[in-house]
Amino acid sequence: MNALLHGRLTGLLALGAVIAVLPAFLPNNFYLDIAILAGFNAVVCVGLNLLIGYAGQISLGHAGFFGIGAYASGVLVGVYGWPPILALLTGAVVVGLLAFLVAKPILRLKGHYLAMATLGIGIIVSIVLRTESGLTGGPDGMMVEPFKIFGFELYGEKVWYWVVGVLLIGVVWLSLNLIDSPMGRALRAVHGSEVAAEVVGVDTARFKVLVFVVSAVFASVAGSLFAHYAGLITPAKADFFKSIELVTMVVFGGMASTFGAVVGAVVLTLLPQALTVFQDYQQIVLGGILMATMVFMPKGLLPTLAALLPARRRA
Amino acid sequence: MKMLATTDLSPDTMSQARRVGPPILKVEHLSREFGGVLAIGDLSFTVAAGDIHSIIGPNGAGKTTLFNLVTGVYKPSGGRVLFDGADVSGMAPYRLAARGMSRTFQNLQIFFNMTALENVMVGRHLHLNTRLLPALFRFPSLVRKDREAKDRAAQLMADVGLEKYIDADAASMPYGALKRLEIARALASEPKLLLLDEPAAGLNATESREIDEVIKTVAATGVTIILVEHDMKMVMGISHRITALNQGRMLAEGTPQEVAANADVIAAYLGAAP
Repeated sequence: MNALLHGRLTGLLALGAVIAVLPAFLPNNFYLDIAILAGFNAVVCVGLNLLIGYAGQISLGHAGFFGIGAYASGVLVGVYGWPPILALLTGAVVVGLLAFLVAKPILRLKGHYLAMATLGIGIIVSIVLRTESGLTGGPDGMMVEPFKIFGFELYGEKVWYWVVGVLLIGVVWLSLNLIDSPMGRALRAVHGSEVAAEVVGVDTARFKVLVFVVSAVFASVAGSLFAHYAGLITPAKADFFKSIELVTMVVFGGMASTFGAVVGAVVLTLLPQALTVFQDYQQIVLGGILMATMVFMPKGLLPTLAALLPARRRA
Repeated sequence: MKMLATTDLSPDTMSQARRVGPPILKVEHLSREFGGVLAIGDLSFTVAAGDIHSIIGPNGAGKTTLFNLVTGVYKPSGGRVLFDGADVSGMAPYRLAARGMSRTFQNLQIFFNMTALENVMVGRHLHLNTRLLPALFRFPSLVRKDREAKDRAAQLMADVGLEKYIDADAASMPYGALKRLEIARALASEPKLLLLDEPAAGLNATESREIDEVIKTVAATGVTIILVEHDMKMVMGISHRITALNQGRMLAEGTPQEVAANADVIAAYLGAAP
């Protein structure tokens, strides 16, 4: 299990195998659709986990970055006729810049200022999306053109399943690479003790800004592709509750565990489908899960399960 | 320098046997106040390169504040700090680290979310490629240097006597081992000047002696050491020079014998009327 948590290849192979065989067990497009949504959430959560789980910073506005990516694709492709890949990249650059501009002054301060600032961004983004109805369609949302590249059009659950599957494997690979690198250790050191990191030469502010930008860009790319897949986006995808949902997925699955973030995203995407009776109480259930996780398994689901396994695998 | 590693030399043969190096650290009229209370007042002293220079004084004398001022954790209210000839007053700790200054902490500052070896590897930060893209795409050159850093960190852990903890999680290690882990991490950055804040605090007599040996071995490699320590036996045994503080001000300075014989120092420690 240690290998599953930390071993790069074993974990990636296991994830690849699950993604490869899963469609055989999914009877129709309804299930495939849920798997795709779980995949998109997982991509965002792997990025968010770099920030929350590894660097120890909180973002309460990641749905806002997801939303900017989604609407950049929706508007640039639908209204201005840009090629989808160019719109996706533009969205990512804009989100990266925005994240940088917000984080640069905020992250020099200590404490929970970033959480407050990101909370603000998320709310502003969702207000802008709701009110700029000329471009965004307002609260009703907007239709998004399909994703076309090199003359191919990505269409249907069967195609998108593999697109998201490959994207998720790629994102997990990047995340594992980053964690097991000097920069990744610097990030974890920031979480462990900022002053100790500083006295061995880690420019803590720089790394906090950098990881925030990276995780925001992951969210933006996922948002762009999601918009093309779903064909319809609404401001709800960018609002505060969506941000909280993403944080809950990361905390529940396991902070500082890349595969934990994937598991958390998958479980909490499935949960509302399985418990449709709770539909009206979804926020309450989510809050309950967040609290219960903090109290009963503060390390999150996957690391807690890993610790329960016999020690022979850890030797 | 090699004889520094042996224990039976008396301090005064040591001080006579060695030449005094050029100044590596100069503190000039340094002061720092906290809400009107002067923690450090008009303090000036010089640390010679290659020395083990101890800072002593009763609790509240300002030793840790002095460390925090020198290493950039606090900014001075007045005066300046010169490191290697350059004015570094109030410079951020990570910039000082790049210039060759590192430290340990009185209250442990360990990365408990990492393994012991990774803690020391963070110490290699300045000597590795810490850019984003090579990390994301795992450039071969980065992987190779990282492997070297790992070997080097393991060697440093062995040097401070922590070989059996190489694969351990930092959170599972005993207090005495963590004290040494901090020293190994600081050494990994290859400092010219290493500040040790009470490395023997909370250790038993055996562990204290081991730390004592580690410090002497490090000093023998040419690293200048500034030591804050309450264990007077250790301080008197290994220091080349001692600066004694009381209430943020200089009380006495000199060789261990001179300071030990100083009436003001004795009065400050025993609380006698001046």
